[in-house]
Amino acid sequence: MNIVKILFQYVVFPGFIFTGVVGLFLTWIDRKVTARIHWRVGPKWFQPYADFLKLLLKETIVPEGSSKTLFLLAPLFGIISMSIFAVMLFSMNFNPTTTFIGDLIVIVYLLALPAIGIVLGGSASKNVLAGVGASREMTQYLAYELPFLIAIATIILKAGGSIKFGEIILAQQAGGPFLYSISGVITAVVILLTIQAKLSYVPFDIPEAEQEIMAGPYIEYSGVALALYKLGRAMMLFLLPLFLISLLWGGFADWWAIPKFLLIIVLIVLIKNTNPRLRIDQALKFFWLGLGVLSIIGLVFAYYGL
Amino acid sequence: MGNAKLWGLKKSPWVFHVAAASCNNCDIEILDLITPRWDVERFGIVLVGSPRHADALLVTGVLNRKNLPRVLRVYEQTPKPCLVIGIGSCTCHTHMFESSYNVVGPYDKYLPVDVYIPGCPPKPEAMILGIVKALKRL
Repeated sequence: MNIVKILFQYVVFPGFIFTGVVGLFLTWIDRKVTARIHWRVGPKWFQPYADFLKLLLKETIVPEGSSKTLFLLAPLFGIISMSIFAVMLFSMNFNPTTTFIGDLIVIVYLLALPAIGIVLGGSASKNVLAGVGASREMTQYLAYELPFLIAIATIILKAGGSIKFGEIILAQQAGGPFLYSISGVITAVVILLTIQAKLSYVPFDIPEAEQEIMAGPYIEYSGVALALYKLGRAMMLFLLPLFLISLLWGGFADWWAIPKFLLIIVLIVLIKNTNPRLRIDQALKFFWLGLGVLSIIGLVFAYYGL
Repeated sequence: MGNAKLWGLKKSPWVFHVAAASCNNCDIEILDLITPRWDVERFGIVLVGSPRHADALLVTGVLNRKNLPRVLRVYEQTPKPCLVIGIGSCTCHTHMFESSYNVVGPYDKYLPVDVYIPGCPPKPEAMILGIVKALKRL
């Protein structure tokens, strides 16, 4: 029975299927809000599902001379890591006292896997533009990971040195969300911009810059493989704001989580629609010199208990 | 074609723009389609940057000896099923370049074109009508 329950958790709720369906719906919200900002009407609600279905049923082409296995396996990295991440996130939020050892270090690694999948897929597809995109994705990963790790360290410090996800949520339920302090606000800003970069949304959509390198690492992908990449991105759009809420805003086990979640999504879409794209060197400078210094200031504030 | 496949293809035709030596008028009119006035994203039509993602190829311009192999290559790179939509009078026949030494003739000698949209350049309304007709033919 136990194995059936675990499989159900990973595959149906809150793992693969639930996260995928909600994530695709969120990409519709993203497209609709973008359209309204452009003063357009925007697509209907079933649009992402129609796109996904169409891509699943289309021909999948493997380009000549590419590494076939790696090319087809790379999209799975993002989906598998996001399914595991969803199960950890939900179980830690709804039963924070369980003995399930979900610590932040594992989550940092799981969040790195989609980027690695994109780099591997781009490099395997034997296309010049995909190679450029993969190299930019790698550089950008190195750029945003530094402030992200310092922000995670700030949260660990505020939770009293505990790296367990459940204990961080319990500490917030006992002493109020971490967000309501100077260091909390600084950390939230850093993590929000890191989420923007992890989703590769404008201004950090450098790896897939449409006007320069077409679709970047995805350029040779078609059919099922492209659908899986889109699904992985949609799942990230659902899980990363939830991750921010559970780290800083007191977890999402109550109804207040829904307005918080929508607020973060709309913020991400607004940042996406009101900024121009940075160059890769500007992004690196922004993350290391700008956000890196800001997150260290947050860490110092957290050390003095502010 | 299966029902689900047909529905998916009709509801989200992603288009790739093949500018085969056109004079840019048709290309600019195509970009008009994604402006707030016409907004074809309502129907799920998105301009994509790679032929691998495309369900429909919008070809513009007259076919000549130089670009024929390239257009054929782009068509081969597109995953099937895919529509071919010829935009502008240049694609229907050879327009004013009829007697040129370099022109190799209309598109349907070489490609299975689904719909031609005449005009120099065609109006955005005409393009929407043409795409609707092409999707109805499926």
